[in-house]
Amino acid sequence: MMAVESDKVTADVIEVSEFPHIAQRYRIYAVPKIVIDETLEFEGARPEAAFVAAVESVAGGPAEEDEPTSGDGPAS
Amino acid sequence: MALLSNADRDYLAQLFAERLVDPVKIRLYTQKLTQLSIPGYDCATCRETNELMEELASLSDKIELEILDFLQVRQQAAQEGITEIPAIVLEGKNKGKVRFIGVPAGYEFATLIEDLVDVSRGTTGLQPLSREILGKLARPVHIQVFVTPT
Repeated sequence: MMAVESDKVTADVIEVSEFPHIAQRYRIYAVPKIVIDETLEFEGARPEAAFVAAVESVAGGPAEEDEPTSGDGPAS
Repeated sequence: MALLSNADRDYLAQLFAERLVDPVKIRLYTQKLTQLSIPGYDCATCRETNELMEELASLSDKIELEILDFLQVRQQAAQEGITEIPAIVLEGKNKGKVRFIGVPAGYEFATLIEDLVDVSRGTTGLQPLSREILGKLARPVHIQVFVTPT
């Protein structure tokens, strides 16, 4: 659903029992397991807000930098 | 022999008739059924996935099925980030990319059906705050959900 809502998101559902090498690479011992950008991972379903927060923590949100983004560089 | 029971076909046909809005394309990277098996390239679930997608596509004229032979379109597959088959890519009013790797059986079949509807409508059941956060993401992000058929 997240990939429907954002052009930044690629979402894969992977049936891992067919691909033992993937299970090995990502150390899948329990499902569902979620891996975000190869950096953040967790096992088990999460409430929507927590899942979205995890995605935001990786892909950056509006709170990341407070610098103004308008203009072509330093104004003074 | 059909994979979906008559009752399931009836249910899905009605669900698609009621809920699909715009056309959805299912692009399936797979191994063609007639292909000789090549050691190292044998696809255990391609046949089943091909049949399942053909049955799904037959239930609604809003679902278009494109079947691609993975070995013959490797460059296109690579550009789309597909390295394993069977792989399903959904195309419609989705903003990002929605893909299923491996046969979407068991609970994942229900997920696929839900996603077909979402992709057709361009809307989801996510909370407004979630949609707002996702709409403001600064960088591309790849979410992988690993499952097993249950």
